[in-house]
Amino acid sequence: MKYSLLGLIKGAGNHHKDWPAAWRQPEPKPAYDVVIIGGGGHGLATAYFLAKEHGVTNVAVVEKGWIGGGNTGRNTTIVRSNYLWDESAHLYEKSLKLWEGLSQELNFNTMFSQRGVMNLAHNLHDLRELNRRVSAIRLNGIDSEFLTTEQVKAFCPIINTAPTIRYPVLGASLQRRGGTARHDAVAWGFARAADRLGVDILQNCEVTGIRREGIRVTGVETTRGFIGARKIGSVAAGHSSVIAAMAGLRLPIESHPLQALVSEPVKPVLDTVVMSGAVHVYVSQSDKGELVIGAGIDAYNSYAQRGTLQVIEEQMAALIELFPMFSRMRLMRQWAGIVDVCPDASPIMARTPVEGFYINCGWGTGGFKATPGSGWVFAHTIAQDRPHELNAAFTLERFSSGALIDEHGAAAVAH
Amino acid sequence: MTAQSHRNPTGGRIDRARTLGFTFNGRYYEGHPGDTLASALLANGVHLVGRSFKYHRPRGIVGSGAEEPNALVQLGQGALTEPNVRATQAELHDGLAAASVNCWPGVRWDIGAINGLLGGLFPAGFYYKTFMWPARAWRAYEWFIRRAAGLGLAPREPDPERYDGTHAHCDVLVAGGGPAGLAAALAAGRAGGRVILADEQAEIGGSLLAGGGTIDGRPARAWLDDATAELAGMAEVRVLPRATVFGYYDHNYLGIAERLADHLPPAERAGRARQRVWKVRAGRVVLATGAIERPLVFDGNDRPGVMLATAAQAYANRWAVRVGDRAVVVTNNDSAYQTALDLSESGVAVALLADLRAEVPAALAQRLSRAGIEVAAGSAVVDAAGGTRVTSAEIRRLGADGTTLEGPARHVPCDVIAVSGGWSPAVHLFSQSGGRLRWDEAIAGFVPDISRQAEVSVGAARGTFDLAAALAEGARAGAAAAHAAGFGDGTATAPAANAREVIAPRPVWRVPSAGRGKAFVDIQNDVTAADIALAAREGYSAVEHLKRYTTTGMGTDQGKTSNVNALAILAHATGTAIPAVGTTTFRPPYTPVTFGALAGRTVGPLFDPARLTAMHPWHVQAGTRFEDVGQWKRPWYYPRGSETLHQAVARECRAVRTSLGIMDASTLGKIDIQGPDAAKLLDLVYTNAWGGLEVGRCRYGLMLKEDGMVFDDGVTARLGPQHFHMTTTTGGAARVMAWLEEWLQTERPHWRVYLTSVTTQWAVAAIAGPNARRLMAELCPNIALDAIDFPFMAWRDGTVAGIAARVFRVSFSGESAFEINVPSSQGMALWQALMTAGAKYDITPYGTEAMHVLRAEKGFVIVGQETDGTVTPGDLGMDWIVGKKKPDFVGRRGLARADCKRPDRKQLVGLLPQDPKEVLVEGAQIMADAAAPPPVPMEGHVTSSYWSATLSRSFALALLKGGRARHGQTVPVHAYGKTSWAQVTEPIFYDKEGEKLRG
Amino acid sequence: MHLIACPWCGPRDEAEFSYGGEAHILRPEQPDALDDAAFANYLFMRGNPKGVHAERWVHTVGCRRWFNALRSTVTHEITAIYPMGTPRPDRAP
Repeated sequence: MKYSLLGLIKGAGNHHKDWPAAWRQPEPKPAYDVVIIGGGGHGLATAYFLAKEHGVTNVAVVEKGWIGGGNTGRNTTIVRSNYLWDESAHLYEKSLKLWEGLSQELNFNTMFSQRGVMNLAHNLHDLRELNRRVSAIRLNGIDSEFLTTEQVKAFCPIINTAPTIRYPVLGASLQRRGGTARHDAVAWGFARAADRLGVDILQNCEVTGIRREGIRVTGVETTRGFIGARKIGSVAAGHSSVIAAMAGLRLPIESHPLQALVSEPVKPVLDTVVMSGAVHVYVSQSDKGELVIGAGIDAYNSYAQRGTLQVIEEQMAALIELFPMFSRMRLMRQWAGIVDVCPDASPIMARTPVEGFYINCGWGTGGFKATPGSGWVFAHTIAQDRPHELNAAFTLERFSSGALIDEHGAAAVAH
Repeated sequence: MTAQSHRNPTGGRIDRARTLGFTFNGRYYEGHPGDTLASALLANGVHLVGRSFKYHRPRGIVGSGAEEPNALVQLGQGALTEPNVRATQAELHDGLAAASVNCWPGVRWDIGAINGLLGGLFPAGFYYKTFMWPARAWRAYEWFIRRAAGLGLAPREPDPERYDGTHAHCDVLVAGGGPAGLAAALAAGRAGGRVILADEQAEIGGSLLAGGGTIDGRPARAWLDDATAELAGMAEVRVLPRATVFGYYDHNYLGIAERLADHLPPAERAGRARQRVWKVRAGRVVLATGAIERPLVFDGNDRPGVMLATAAQAYANRWAVRVGDRAVVVTNNDSAYQTALDLSESGVAVALLADLRAEVPAALAQRLSRAGIEVAAGSAVVDAAGGTRVTSAEIRRLGADGTTLEGPARHVPCDVIAVSGGWSPAVHLFSQSGGRLRWDEAIAGFVPDISRQAEVSVGAARGTFDLAAALAEGARAGAAAAHAAGFGDGTATAPAANAREVIAPRPVWRVPSAGRGKAFVDIQNDVTAADIALAAREGYSAVEHLKRYTTTGMGTDQGKTSNVNALAILAHATGTAIPAVGTTTFRPPYTPVTFGALAGRTVGPLFDPARLTAMHPWHVQAGTRFEDVGQWKRPWYYPRGSETLHQAVARECRAVRTSLGIMDASTLGKIDIQGPDAAKLLDLVYTNAWGGLEVGRCRYGLMLKEDGMVFDDGVTARLGPQHFHMTTTTGGAARVMAWLEEWLQTERPHWRVYLTSVTTQWAVAAIAGPNARRLMAELCPNIALDAIDFPFMAWRDGTVAGIAARVFRVSFSGESAFEINVPSSQGMALWQALMTAGAKYDITPYGTEAMHVLRAEKGFVIVGQETDGTVTPGDLGMDWIVGKKKPDFVGRRGLARADCKRPDRKQLVGLLPQDPKEVLVEGAQIMADAAAPPPVPMEGHVTSSYWSATLSRSFALALLKGGRARHGQTVPVHAYGKTSWAQVTEPIFYDKEGEKLRG
Repeated sequence: MHLIACPWCGPRDEAEFSYGGEAHILRPEQPDALDDAAFANYLFMRGNPKGVHAERWVHTVGCRRWFNALRSTVTHEITAIYPMGTPRPDRAP
C-alpha cells in the first residue's frame, strides 16, 4: 500500500487497521542467488539495488538481530559529500545524489534534511586544509563554500566566535546540500522497497559459518539453518573481521566503539550541522529537538557497544567551548556503535580472493552518509562480478600496492 | 484559591516555620522547605502543569520522583534557566520561578491542542508515510514539525555557574538510600569498609520517607533517623544525598551526579559549584535502587489528576498534601490498599478502590471497609473523563481473561485517580553494568539474573518488595561486600520488620477500552496502546523497532514508567511471551546529567590549557599576534603600529635577510637520547645514517612511518659518543617520543637507550641574518664563532650574555643563524639581553609567518604542510637523505611498494605565478585542463604560498603530479572560481648554493 | 574506564595508558625479503577477534613502559598482563 497523506486520512477513519506489514517475515528458502550478510542500511540498500538495477531478485538479507540495529541505528545521521580525494568525493557525491531523491524512490520519508554541514577551522593549518578541500570539492562539481568568521556567526549565531577562546573560529567550509536524515527510516525504507521487489529479509538469523567448495562459496550456515548462495556479500560493519574470518580472510580492520549521545529535547536552536576537527565536536539538532552529538572513538578494540565515560566528558568540554549556552542542557542518553576502522579511513567495497565472496566494510565513523551509494555500487560489484568505476579504487589490494585513499582529515574524529 | 489550599496543618517532612514564595506560569504561590516544586504545586491545588509532546493534551503531575514523565518545567530565568526539569525533583527555594513547557500561549489554552483534534491523522510513524511531495518540500514541512517538537527552551546565554568533578575509590558503593541500601551501608560500615552511599533525593530514606511501617518494633521513620545518624558517625562512610548514580561502566567504574547548589536561591549559590560529577571505582557495588510503580493503560489515563498511587501516598505522608478532594484508587496489586488508607487519613475522600483481581487480599480489604472505602473486586477504571482535570472515573467489571468488560458502567465522580499497575524493579544500573535480566512472572517484571561485574542487587531493585526481606538482603549484601574487601566476617544482623503476605499482581496490560478515548503507554511522547498495535501490525515487532517507530521510551524519562507496559502490549499484539520479546538495553544516564557537570572544570582557560614559552610575557607585551600550533601559543607576527600581517611579515623577512632577526624557537620538541645503542636507534627511525656523525656536529633527519610516508623531521646533535639531542616538529613532539619508545621497547628491547623529553627544559632563541655572528661575538666570549671553528650544522657549549648555553649552528631561514638553547628559567633573560645588545643591528623579532616565508624561499618543507601522510621523501625531492646502503630503517620496505615507485606521483615543485603580485591561495588546486567542465581532473595543490619581500614577487610550493619533470611548464591553478597561471620551477628561490647559511 | 594493572605501577585508570593494538605482530627481520602482500599482512592485516584479544598497552603518563594484555573485546575483562616479548599465556608454546 502506497504511503501518502491520502492513506493517512483514510486510515484515520478506521483506526489505521489496513496498513500492511512494511516487510514480510519469510522463512528462509534453501538457496538464493545472493545472500547479503547484515541487515543494516548498506546491506538492505545493496539488496534493493540488486533487485532494482540488476534484476537480481532472488536475494536474502540475513540479519542476526533486527534490521537497522547496528550502526545504522546508532550514528549521528550526518550526510555530506565534502571529501578531499577524487575517489571519495565521487563516491559520496553519488550517494548524496541518491539521498536527494530517496524518500520518493522508496516511498518512505527518510527525512533527508539539507540543513547544511559546516566544518570549522580553528588554526592556520585548518584554514589551509579547508581551502584545499573546498577547492578540490568544487572542481569535482560538488557544492562547497568558504565562510569567514562573521559568516559563520551569521549562519549559526549560537557558536562562540569570540577571538579570545582557546581555539577561535577562523572560518569554515559549508556544504549546503549536506544535512541529516532519519537513520532508522533509511533501513526501514530500503527494507520495505526491497521486500516489494522480492527480497527476503531474514531477521534473527545469525551467520555462523561460510561454506566453500574449493575457493568458491556455496552458502552460509546460520542459526536458522544452511542457506545456499552463489554469491555472498558481507556488509556487517563492526563484525566484518568476524565474517571474513569465516571465509578464511584477514582484513585491515579494527573494531572500535564509537560513542554518541543526545540531550533532552528543546525547541529549535541549532539549524545546521556543526563539525570541528580541532575541538572534536560534531553536533546537530534532531527534528524531535534533541542535540545529537558524536563523541570520539575509544582507543581499544571492542565489540561491546559500550565506551568510556571519559570520552563523553571530553566531548562535553569541547561542546561547551564552542557553545557555552549548552552547559545547562542535559545528557539524556548515551550509546556506542562498533565501527570498522581501516588504516586509511576509507572503505573497502570489493571482490575478495574467495570466489563469490564480496566485502563491504571499513567505513569507520562515516558510513551512514554513504548508505545509498554504497548499496548502489556494491550491488553492481556483486551482480557484475567487477567493481563499478566509483568503487574501483576501494579494493583490498590497495593495502599491498600502497595506493591508499587517506581520508583521515575528512572525519571529525581522530582515528 | 487560598494559600496552600491542599496542605494539611500537621504531618509531613516539611518545615512549616518557614514559608517560601515561588511562581509558576507567572502566578505566585507558597510552600515550605522540604517541598519539591511538585508537592508545593499540589499543596496549592495545581495539577495541570504541561502539555504533551505530540497532541498537546493537558497533563498533570504523575509521579513523585525520577520516574515523572509529565511535569517538566522551565526552571529559572535568563542565564540560569534550565529546560525540562522534573517538578518532582526540583527542590523548592524562595523565589523559584517555573513555567510550563511546550505550550503557547499558555498551559490552559494551547494552540497546539489542535493536534489532538486531528489525532487520527497522526498515528505512530505517520511522518514516514507523508510529507514526501513535492520532493523538495520536506524542509518546509520540517520547519513546522521542528517548532512543534522539542520541550523547553535552551538557555541563550553562557552558563555563569561552575561545576566540579572528582574521583573516589571505595570498598562498597551503595546506590540508593532506601531501607535495603541503608541496611547494606550500615552492615558494610560497621565492618569497617570504606563506603559511599549515594541517593538521588535531598533526604536519605527512599520509600521510608513516604511510607509507614515499623522496623525493630519502632516507627520506620525513627529507625531511619538512627540509621542516618549512625552512618554520619562512621569515619569511613560517606553519605551523598542529592546524588544520582547515573552510569555503571566497565570495571566497576560508576558516575554519580551530585547537586550541590540547585536547591538554593541564586543569591546563595555564589562561590559554590553547582553540581559535581563523582567518578567512583568501587570494589563492590550494592544496587538498592528500588522499584518504579507502573501506571495502568486505560482510556483517558493521561488526564491531570490521574497519578501513580505511590505518588499520591507520598504527597500525603511526606508532604502533608491532599492530592485532591475525592479519589478513586485502581490497582492490580496489594500496595495501593495502603495508599487508599493513607489518602483517606490525610483527608482525601476515597470513593472506591477498584482491584483488577477477582480475589482481593482479605485483611487489607477489611481495613478499607472499616475506613468506609468500597473495594470493587475484579474491576477496573476503564475511562477517565475530564479536560484539564479528571472529573470522573468509569468503573467496569473485567472478564475472566482480562480482555473483555462485563456488567454496567459506574461513573464515579472524582478529581484524582491513583493507579498502581504493579512494580518494575529499577534494574537500569544493573543492566548498564552488563548484567542479564530475567522476566519474573510472580511480580510481572524484569529482575536481575546474571551479573557481569562485582555487584549485587538488593531489595525492591531485585523484586523483593517486602520490607523485612529487603532489609535482610541489604544487610547481607553489605556485610558480604565489606568482607570481600577484607573487612568483617561477612555476617550482619538485619533489622526486623513485619513480613507481609503478598498476593500476586494481575497483569492486565491494556485495560479493555470502553470505546472512547486514547489509552497512553508513554505519556510523555504520546504513544498509545493503539500505536503499539499498529507498529506490531506493520512489522515493527522487535522491541527496538517498536521503540524507534513509535518513540515509546525515548523521552526524557527514558520510559521509566512505560517500557514494561509497552513491551507487554507488543507481546500481546504479536502473540509472543514477554520474555521472548525481550527488553531494550538500558543506557546511561539513569536520569539526565548536566553537560556542564560532565565537563567539570575543563572549561574556559582550563579547556586544553595553552602551553607557553619562557619568553611569552615579552611577546604579549610587544603586541604579538599568536598562532596555535599544537597546544602551543607561538608568535605569528609582531605588528608595529597599524601594520597589517602582510606589512609586518615583509618587514620581518627583510630584517632577517639584511641584518638580524630573532625568533622564539622554544616550542620545537626536544628529546635527550643516551645509551650505547643510541646511534642504532637513530639509524632505525631516520632514513639516513648516523653512526659517523661526529661529536659536536648535527644532522638533519627525516622519519617515516612503516608505510614510507614522511612522519616527522628535525635536527639531531651528537652531544657525546652515546648521547644525542633530537629535535622534532612542534606539533609532533609527543608523537615522536612515543614512537621512539615503542620501537625501543617492543622491537629492540635489548638495546640500551634511554629517552627523556626535554622540550620544556630548554628555552631557545634563534638569531638569524648577516649580523647574527657579530651579535654572538659580543655576547659569547667563549665560543670560537668563525665558520671554520664553528661550521654550519655544528653545536658548541658556552655562555651567551653570561648565561650557560648550548648553541646550534642550524638555519631554517637560509641565513647565517645560531639557535641558542638555555635553561627555561633563563629564557627571558637571554631574550632581553639579545634584544638589548641587538638594538644596534635593529634586531627584529619575527614570528612563524615570516619563518614560513623565509624557509619556503629556501625550499625547506614543513611536515604537515608540504606533507599530509601521503608523501614520501622522494616526492619531496629528498631522495638524498634516504640511505641507499642502509639495510633497514623504518619505512624502507614501504617505499618499495608499487605505488610508491610510480613516476607520476605528486612531487614538490616551486610555482611562480604569472602575475608576480598575485599570492596564490594555499590549498588551491592545480588543474589538468583549465577548460574542462566539472569534475575537473586535478594534478596537485599549492602547499605554501607567499609574497616574498626578498624576491619582490609572489611564489609558492606545490605538490604536482610528475612535477619534477615539468619544470618550465605553465599550469592552471584554481581556487574559489578563479583560475591563475603559474610556472613550474625548482622548489628553491633563494641562495641555491647555500652560501649564506654556511657563511 | 578500564582499570589496568600496570606491571610496574599497579592498577591505574585507562586514561593513563595508550593502546597499542594487536600484540605479537613481530616486525620481519628482513622486510626487504617480503613480497608486497606479505608486507601488507604485517603492516595492515589484523585478527580483530571477537573474544580474547592479545594486545599492547603503554603506561603513557606513568612509567612509559609497554606491556601486553589479554582482554575480552566482548566483556572488556582483562585476564592477563604479561611482559613484551613473552608468549601469550593462554596458548601452549
